[in-house]
Order: sequence, then structure tokens, then C-alpha cells
Amino acid sequence: MSGLELQDVSLQAGTFTVSNVTLSVDKGAYFMLVGHTGAGKTLLLKAICGLHPLRTGRVFLHDEEITSHEPRMRHMGYVPQESALFPHLNVRANIAFALDLLGVQESEQSRRVVSLAQELGIDALLPRRIQGLSGGERQKVALARALVREPRLLLLDEPVSAIDENARKEICALLRRIHTTHHLTTIHICHNQAEVEQLADVVGVMSSGRLISVEERKGAL
Amino acid sequence: MLKRLHGVRIQRVTRLQFLCGGALLLFLIVICGLLAADVAYLSVKGTRWQQAISLLSQPRILFAMRMSAATSLTTLVLILLTAIPVGYALSHYRIPGRSLINAIIDLPIVMPPVVAGISLLAFFSFGVGVPIRHALESAHLSLASGIGIVMGQYLVAVSYCIRSAKAAFDSVDPTLEHVGQVLGCSEWHAFWRISVPLARNGLLAGGVMAWARALGVFGPLMVLVGTGPRVLVMPTALWLELSIGNIETAVCIALIMLAMATTALALVHWLIPKGSAI
Repeated sequence: MSGLELQDVSLQAGTFTVSNVTLSVDKGAYFMLVGHTGAGKTLLLKAICGLHPLRTGRVFLHDEEITSHEPRMRHMGYVPQESALFPHLNVRANIAFALDLLGVQESEQSRRVVSLAQELGIDALLPRRIQGLSGGERQKVALARALVREPRLLLLDEPVSAIDENARKEICALLRRIHTTHHLTTIHICHNQAEVEQLADVVGVMSSGRLISVEERKGAL
Repeated sequence: MLKRLHGVRIQRVTRLQFLCGGALLLFLIVICGLLAADVAYLSVKGTRWQQAISLLSQPRILFAMRMSAATSLTTLVLILLTAIPVGYALSHYRIPGRSLINAIIDLPIVMPPVVAGISLLAFFSFGVGVPIRHALESAHLSLASGIGIVMGQYLVAVSYCIRSAKAAFDSVDPTLEHVGQVLGCSEWHAFWRISVPLARNGLLAGGVMAWARALGVFGPLMVLVGTGPRVLVMPTALWLELSIGNIETAVCIALIMLAMATTALALVHWLIPKGSAI
């Protein structure tokens, strides 16, 4: 079963175009998208989660076409480059945000938030304000916020690029653990070879708005 | 550079610091001097607090205060209803002719007050406003009432709030709304649950600023509604008292308006975060 499938996807942002991307990522695979800055990786990720309109092409998630679905109807988790936590909410409210929108009862919200926070090792941070968190802590909270509604696809846009080496290693290990536990189809944009070695099942390379290669890493799947 | 004189640390002041600091001090002295002059005038005339209160307790002055409060608060609601969506649109959407739109939005800020009044008068006499005037008249309502006052206040004050709202929405990272939408927000939810709370202080500051401006509107009201007893607000009451020689009453009204404006501005500066461009 295909986790994510892109059929001849093209999109435009100003004068820059991403052209004819065709890709199939197996359900439960950890797909890493690499390429130089400005290759169109983030734009493609935004198009997958519905934040950027397609010029042509179709998007399928678990064999269901979602090309015309609004972002909220796609059931995806998204962690952008700078974590983008809501600064007017504390850690607990940030993580519970999606559950609140879904109308999940408060006791159930609390149970799920605490359980996920324990899994990610951030339960002590729950009452804290966002402003006092370190870069690594912010990324863990952003990850918990994306995972709490049990998405069908996790999209990570350079989640460890702006944090120090120790935190990077810790979060990469966490991502691997979460992926193994939840079998969640993941698309992860990165620049770092060590991250690719540590995490990827499949690696795609983008250059000048084109997906130029897709390779399975030996023994990864 | 620091020097010690008789054990006291003295900071050496550079010429630039002296010049700029001196200009600031001079400006503060002039403004505070204006405020003090009003109080001094009453002192010289021997007006005591009790007398000032009795001057302000005259029925027409009390009416003007009530009318000012009612109309300016109504105007504030209308301004917020306009400024929040307009400020958001200017901040978030790519709009063709942006420079022209910005110029039109800022026009009421630089428009001479009397011109604003004449424009309103012309609008309701010859323009698109004729059907509105007819509709009001058929409902036994007149422009020379609270309605006209609100229109005059709205025209003069709305741009201040729109500018502030735009700056407030500009300060909200659009990625936050994007993340919200992926997490399950509709566009509407993302606006109310993410952008508005984060822009709240800027929106409140814009509202307070616009309210203070609306409270002081005079020129357009003189043209559109006049100074009849049923349309008296604080600025027109002040002018009326001045024109019939009741200088002390006029100064008392002026002091109240100054106190309200100062409080409003203090509130604005308290609400706007340090370093904000609003």
C-alpha cells in the first residue's frame, strides 16, 4: 500500500517552479528529501499538506485522492523549520491544540497529551511557557503537537537544522524511535548526511525544482 | 566615560547626547507647559475644584459628555469591525494597486477636518449616500443626530486603527496560521484562534488610539451636524462655551479632554510591546 503518492505534480511560487514530481512512498517508510537550498523541497512539502496550490498533478494519501482537500482534512502532522509553536499558549495547550479543535473531551485530551509528552520526555515541560524553552525542547513540543492527532503522514521540514549538535542527535534518535513505534509514513527534509544515515529508508534528491533521483537505502526497508 | 567628583560618579555627556537630550527636554517642557497653563488659568481666576465641578455639572455640558461617550464608543465598535478585517487583508493578501489603496486608507489622517465634513455633506447630498439619507429619513432619523456624529468621528479616526491593525497582523508569523490549518483549523479558526490573540495588544492599542481621536473630532461635526443642543459633544460644547465667553467652563472641558487623551495614550504605550513598529 502506498503511504503517499504524487502523480506529475507541478507548482509555482513567483518565478520558481517545481515540475513534474512523481513519487511513491510506501506506507510506514521514512523518506528523506535532500537537495541544495532553493531546490523546492519546502515548497513541495507545503503542497503535500495543502498549503500551496498545485498547478497540475494529483496527490494520494493511503490510496485516497486528497488533491483538492483543505489542509485540515488531510490528517497530516507538520513540523516547520523553526518549530512555530503558538507563543500565546503554554506547552500543554500547544500540544492539545489539535485535540481541542476536534472537540475531544478535556479528560481525554489530558490523558493523550500526558502520554505523548512522557513518550517524548517532555512531561516536565507541560506547564511551561514557550518563551523559556531551548531549541531542542521547542522541536520536541512541535513534534508532540504534530503527533497528538495521530496523523496519517508526518511532514518534517529541517526539524533539527537550527539546534545544537547534542540536541540534534537526541531528536534524531527520538524520531527513529517514534517511527519504529508508530510505523508512521514520514517525509523529512534535511541537509545533513549524518541524519540521512541515521534515519532514512528512502532518499529523494531535489535540484532546481525537479526530483532527480529516489534511492532505497540498502537494508533499510 | 566616567569621572569621579567628590566621590560621585559623573557620566560624561557627548555633544550629540546633549543636543538630542536637550531637544527632548525642551519638547516635554512645551507640552507639559501647555497642560499646566490650563490649570494655571483656572488658579489665576480663583476657580476652585467645587466651582469647576459645578461648571461641568451644567445640563448642557453633562449632555455633551454623555453624547461624546455614547457616540465615541459606538464609533469604536464600528471602527474595530472595519479595521480588523481591513488590516488583516492588507497584511496577508497580495492586493493589486497596494500603493493606491494605502494612500486612500491614509487619506482621512491627512485630510483637513473641515474638508472631511464637507465631503460627508456632499456624499449625503449628491453621492452614493443619498439613498442612505433617504432610508434614514424614512425611518424618521436625521443626519443631524448621533448618527451624523458617529459618521464624522468614524471618518476621521478609522485610518489610525487600520494602520495599527495592519502592523499588529504583520508581526504575526504566517507560518503559525499554516501550522494551525494543518492541525485542523479552518481559515476562519486560524484567524480567530491564532492571529487575533497574537495581534490582540496592537488591535487594542489601535482601538484606544482611534477612540481618543474620535472623542476629539470637531471640524467635520461643525459642518455635518452643527452645534444644536441635541448634537452637542465635548469639542463642540467647548467651542460653544468659548464663543459665548465662558472661558472657565471651556478650560474645564479642555482639561477633562486632555486627561482622557493622556490616559488613552498611556494605555496605548502600555499595550504596545517595547520595540514594536506600531
